[in-house]
Amino acid sequence: MNALAALVTRRLFLQASLSATGALVLTPVFGQAADALPPPAENPLGVLIRIEPDNRVVIGATGAEIGQGVKTSLPMILAEELDADWALVAVEQMPMMIDFGGEQPRWRFGSQGAGGSTSIPDGWAELRQFGAQGRWLLRQAAAAEWGIPAADVKTGASHVLHPDGRRLPYAALAAAAAKLSLPAEPVPLKAPSEYRVIGRPRGVVDATDIVTGRARYGIDVQEPDARVAVMLRCPYFDGDIARLDDAAARAVPGVRAVVVVPGPKPGEPITANLATGVAVVADDTWSALKGRAALKVEWTRGPFAAESSAALDEQAASLLATTGQVVRNDGDFDAATREAARVVKARYRIPFVSHAPLEAPCAFVHVSADRARVVAPLQQPSGASRAVNAVTGIPRPAITVEMTRAGGGFGRRLTNDFVAEAAFVSKATGWPVKLMWTRSDDLQHDFFRPFGHHELAATLDAGRQVTGWTHRLASASKYYRRAGVEPADLWTAELYPDDFPAKLVPNYRLEWHPVTSGIPRGSWRAPAHTANAFAVQSFVDEVAHATGEDPLALRLALLGADRELEYAQHGGPKFHTGRLRAVLERVAADIGWGRKLAPGRGIGLAAHFTFGGYAAHAMEIAVSPEGAIAFERVVCAVDVGRPINPLGIAAQMQGGTIDGLSTAMNLEISINGGRVVQSNFNDYPLAPMAQMPRDVEVHVVESPADPAGCGEMGIPTAAPALANAIFAATGVRIRNLPMRGQLAEALKQG
Amino acid sequence: MSVRFPVNGVEREFHGDGEMPLLWYLRDHAQLTGTKFGCGGGFCGACTVLVNGAAMRSCLLPLSTLAGRSVTTIEGLGTSGLHAVQKAWIEEDVAQCGYCQAGQVMAAVALLERNSDPSPDEIDTITNLCRCGTYARIRRAIARAAREMRTAK
Repeated sequence: MNALAALVTRRLFLQASLSATGALVLTPVFGQAADALPPPAENPLGVLIRIEPDNRVVIGATGAEIGQGVKTSLPMILAEELDADWALVAVEQMPMMIDFGGEQPRWRFGSQGAGGSTSIPDGWAELRQFGAQGRWLLRQAAAAEWGIPAADVKTGASHVLHPDGRRLPYAALAAAAAKLSLPAEPVPLKAPSEYRVIGRPRGVVDATDIVTGRARYGIDVQEPDARVAVMLRCPYFDGDIARLDDAAARAVPGVRAVVVVPGPKPGEPITANLATGVAVVADDTWSALKGRAALKVEWTRGPFAAESSAALDEQAASLLATTGQVVRNDGDFDAATREAARVVKARYRIPFVSHAPLEAPCAFVHVSADRARVVAPLQQPSGASRAVNAVTGIPRPAITVEMTRAGGGFGRRLTNDFVAEAAFVSKATGWPVKLMWTRSDDLQHDFFRPFGHHELAATLDAGRQVTGWTHRLASASKYYRRAGVEPADLWTAELYPDDFPAKLVPNYRLEWHPVTSGIPRGSWRAPAHTANAFAVQSFVDEVAHATGEDPLALRLALLGADRELEYAQHGGPKFHTGRLRAVLERVAADIGWGRKLAPGRGIGLAAHFTFGGYAAHAMEIAVSPEGAIAFERVVCAVDVGRPINPLGIAAQMQGGTIDGLSTAMNLEISINGGRVVQSNFNDYPLAPMAQMPRDVEVHVVESPADPAGCGEMGIPTAAPALANAIFAATGVRIRNLPMRGQLAEALKQG
Repeated sequence: MSVRFPVNGVEREFHGDGEMPLLWYLRDHAQLTGTKFGCGGGFCGACTVLVNGAAMRSCLLPLSTLAGRSVTTIEGLGTSGLHAVQKAWIEEDVAQCGYCQAGQVMAAVALLERNSDPSPDEIDTITNLCRCGTYARIRRAIARAAREMRTAK
């Protein structure tokens, strides 16, 4: 993400030209002198908009599609301002397009990575302006054609409209528009009241390709002469090869080469993420897998051989017995404790979990003498380019990066270790290589969501007012290996100091302790929010129940009057208490909060602000005497500002809910002997349909605010809403994740 | 080893390692990449195909077991236009990342072949995993396809 931010973006404008087939081609340029690209019509990769002679509009999808829907929603933004007929829009995936011709690398289509729910807010200004510039050119061309002022030319559904009722398809103006230039200033945008595409439900643009098997994912890349590689990686964190015997592997029919891929080099930011391993390169996947199974490798166990989940729990608990790094300190929590009528305290445990995208990491890379080509499912294409550069020394302008659809991301593909591996193997063999990961590779060698113990305490006065709040976290920071992050700043990935209830409680203290662990960590969907929202939103309920307060009333009381507060972390710069209140009240009203329930039933609530979006969940569950959970009703509400695609937002919220529940109920990556224990979906059991709610009702709360993204807002509140519903139904408070087995055990104990 | 079996109605012949799972034959040799690899252990169902009409995990099916058995992949479904299940998937906008959906569609087709009006509990017998969490829309799409298939009969 740092690297993305470092790329300088300067104002771009569209350049128009006519293709050999008569299409109007519009592509962003930085300005004639500084632009490194050939004229757009000769460079199909640089084309953002193409209006074909039959008036179909082809729009380039700029972002990385990982299931969050940006291949649909980003082109919708552009189509709106272009006033294109969405029914006749075709969308094509754009490759990474960084212009290396200027003093610094510059994004041609805006930052094309997918992380932090930023694609929509990042694309909002630029894509609207590109669309509007296209429409401006067409209106100018029509005005000249008809001899009327451009201001009198209206547009609609890929046509220009004359005041007298005449209309022309955009395509009829291609040649004339291609000769025009845009003004130096940005052109005016539509008023939201004129929107015809934005805000209307639109299905996934690739829906037909997906259900017919034609959609192309990274694993589907088939290139001439490409070989397939799979790797056996050292299972021990930072371990190495002690002895390798590859004779049997080389003897497997179809195996062509065995290549040792070196592990982390301290201080080198790209290879710091690699595990030492051995690649088997073969004619097809099965031969490569058989070859790998025939490798005989002895490993050194590395510096973390004694690490285990139990030892990490002990480490976290002993850290919490000491005072940690105070990262926010409002008022005087100790004084509040001394003066309190009551102090409520609880500890929560969040396990390591894996991203487990259903399409495991994979990459096609072809390294030749002075060029390289990457085709892969990516979340951070610029990082892929840097990885190939670091491994091969090939300059970045000579490295092309193409993004396929990705079979899920969830943060896994923000790390381009798999691209670096493929580049290494291609360079070593000279062959184009498709490097494949298996599921056990993925679960054993992920960059896991950090583990942590959270201790929360609240002080209350005699009138049950919350006077003080602390959140003390001992966790294994995901930044532990990030280049340029000082030890004193490791906490910044783990706690967001402006999160609820900061500034809402007068005496507020946040404290962090570093857990030492060798397991690789990284950004897992809604990083830190899934952990912290579980702890905070569970604890609000605990405080309410301890004092006889209603959990909804306590949340509303803490939020207080509607107002904007500063929010200095990602998702800011403001947090609006009223927007969080509104989604919370919406789900509470919908679920019928406060009504009398049958025994064994309970309703739980949670609300949280994630990366610019406001979300709340309410769930009604029924718990059997044996502890089986049935979801009677699940409701969520979300405010992500102006909705671009309400259908996509609903899908993200439904999916986030399922991810939140599946993860909280079932999933943990555990460690024994300095390596990961789990190796497939039998011991890392993603929830199947039968375990999940049969429906997830989503309310998209509209707001005139600029749009936020939506890939991560659905997940943080799902788990605490469930934990709160379990308590309401049974009186059992689950503080350790995953929940599996704990409820049944507690009910058995009575 | 040598084995012959039809894939999507086309007779295929394979000479080589009979241990190779059908999944890798389909993807690497028949160039039918709609069938996806998810786990290699039969847990996730991304590789679901129809074998003699029944949904099976192709990652667990050695080619040596396939002689004369008829294989249908996502590419062979609805060769004359889209199958009702595919249409329902589009209508309900089921897909997010879409990676598991070919397998989900094949599992739904097999379910509806043996049960034209499945109850929610019967839909629950589908154990294909979806990492994006599209289950609620999968349920709706199966119900929609079931209605349309019953009407068409």
